[in-house]
Amino acid sequence: MPELSIENLHVYRGEQHVLRGLNAQVSAGQCLQITGENGAGKTTLLRVLCGLLPAESLQLTWRGRVCSPQDAEYHQGLSYLSHAAPLKADLTGWENLRFLLSLRGVWQAERVGALLERLGARRFADRPVRSLSAGQRRRLALVGLVASQSQLWLLDEPTTNLDSAGTRLVTELLSEHLERGGLAMVATHVSLDIAPSALQSLHLTSGDGARRVA
Amino acid sequence: MSEGLHTQEVSRDTRLLPKCAAIVVRDLQLLVRRPGQMLQILGFFVVVTVLFPLGYSPELGKLRLIAPGVLWVGALLASLLALEGLFRDDAEDGTLEQWLLCGQPLAALLLAKTAVHWLLTGLPLTVLAPLLAVTLGVSIEAAPGILLALGLGTLALSLIGSIAAGLTLGLRRGGVLLSLLSLPLAVPVLIFGARATELVIQGDSPTAALYLLASLVVLAITLAPLAAAAAVRIGLE
Amino acid sequence: MGWAWFHRFGSPPHLYRLAGTLTPWFAWPAAILIVGALYLGLFVAPPDYQQGDGFRIIYVHAPSAWLAVMIYAVMAIAAGVGLIWRMKVAHAVAVSCAGVGAWFTAVSLVTGMLWGKPMWGTYWVWDPRLTAQLVLLFLFLGYMGLRSGIEDLGRADRASAVLALVGVINLPIIRYSVEWWNSIHQAPSVMKMDQPSMPMEMLAPLLMMLLGFSLYFGAVLLVRVRAEILRRERSAAWIREVLS
Repeated sequence: MPELSIENLHVYRGEQHVLRGLNAQVSAGQCLQITGENGAGKTTLLRVLCGLLPAESLQLTWRGRVCSPQDAEYHQGLSYLSHAAPLKADLTGWENLRFLLSLRGVWQAERVGALLERLGARRFADRPVRSLSAGQRRRLALVGLVASQSQLWLLDEPTTNLDSAGTRLVTELLSEHLERGGLAMVATHVSLDIAPSALQSLHLTSGDGARRVA
Repeated sequence: MSEGLHTQEVSRDTRLLPKCAAIVVRDLQLLVRRPGQMLQILGFFVVVTVLFPLGYSPELGKLRLIAPGVLWVGALLASLLALEGLFRDDAEDGTLEQWLLCGQPLAALLLAKTAVHWLLTGLPLTVLAPLLAVTLGVSIEAAPGILLALGLGTLALSLIGSIAAGLTLGLRRGGVLLSLLSLPLAVPVLIFGARATELVIQGDSPTAALYLLASLVVLAITLAPLAAAAAVRIGLE
Repeated sequence: MGWAWFHRFGSPPHLYRLAGTLTPWFAWPAAILIVGALYLGLFVAPPDYQQGDGFRIIYVHAPSAWLAVMIYAVMAIAAGVGLIWRMKVAHAVAVSCAGVGAWFTAVSLVTGMLWGKPMWGTYWVWDPRLTAQLVLLFLFLGYMGLRSGIEDLGRADRASAVLALVGVINLPIIRYSVEWWNSIHQAPSVMKMDQPSMPMEMLAPLLMMLLGFSLYFGAVLLVRVRAEILRRERSAAWIREVLS
């Protein structure tokens, strides 16, 4: 029984029929890797699943219940990380995380402190985000992602701007998330070092919509 | 390390008020880091008001007659100027997106955001108004009435403007469009507010006009956040 | 079952054909009524005892002013249907209303000003009806301005629909506030249409004109909706069928 099931997804962007009848299922502990050339609709797919973009048609089932991608209950179980880290430049990393996590009702200072330590972000968490590099911002965003404790992760190019150690860290966090029964949909071309049994992939091609590869 | 459990078992604070409080705290922090915008808007209000004695007449008796209109047009334009940035910064750095995904009613969050925006722009404008009124020949005794009228009026303007701010998110020349969309909607606020101010300056009771203004505020609090939420969702697409 | 007509109405080819069939049924009666009302209004109705023949501009001014408000309401209803039921043709109807509505508003303003010259000796007086009409023009212009500022059609549809709904809630408040403002400042007001004393020979052409203008709006709307549907569906297969 898949936790997340997407059926008959059609999306138009302007005149373009970007996603044509896409179907996908993700079970607990599974990661769906989304690949495809630029403009094939990877970001569009993730944003539609967050309810940020409207779909022409979509049958979405989450935890056995049909729901809309804008339902509050569904949102409480998901975290979306776009390719820009959602941080205010004038606040420190700590203040940013405090706000984002308070908004989701999961702010716990000790927990966030431990995660900052683990992601090597402790030493710059008290500096204004304005002065941080793109890689450092991404690490802060990853702390926010893990600390949200959502079951469903929707990640858009999570390894952008990260060095090889950072990339390894992302796959490590992802594996732990899956082991705990989490789900993930990840748009990336980096090969994810995850147990093959937990990894599915979805290749999007522009022009004729989506095809399942494996 | 132990990462805790998954969503079903996670203790999640689902109350709405702490989220609104978080928004208020964050926007206050942002203001402390960057007070420039607020000061610019107050400066704009002062400059617009000062232009009238220069462009019309330095006679206080004459100025007193047009004082309500000057104050209200100045406050209206200054509010519109402030509204341009209401959602723009949060939309550009991607934080506003996260508000849509936090599982709380967006309209309530936007109401909190608009309220704190009023606190940081509308309220300072209101406080400044009686002082500017003095330069237009209005006696300082009129201050309480002017404060009340402008306080209610700028609140209504912030709420109405939040809809237009959402609709023009991410558009080129959004500022001009924002004014074009908001000004006709702001006409009743201007009429009731300026009338209340006029009565106060003349030393009459402004009660009727203030009641009408207050009812506009109530209506705006009820409906504007819903429209603004719909507008922001569309604006972020 | 009961909703079948609603979905049928929502299908672009169906509405396209329906609009084509209905157009003459609006256009012809509109032409006859307007010509008849003009004749009755300009030649048969007696001159006003105060305003002489000058009052006759009411036969264009009042119906267009009234229609402008009605068109805004129609636009908002169509926009609301499009927003709530996600019906695309409803958005096409709303868009088609805007230009006609702005035009009628402008006509009512210009005729109001022309009327004002002999009555008040000036082209512009802050009469509450004229003022409210001017604000209505800004509401239409704002709607069109917002649409032109957004490139994506779907987004333009939804954003302008929200604006139209906000505007329609505001419209009565604006009109009330302007009347209130006017009652305080006591500007002259000549254009009182609600005088019960208007004799039948004067009233009948006015009502005929109102009906004629409404039917004319219906006909123009149908033509514009057809054009809008063609524009939106230009890549659809049924268009080629229809046009060949």
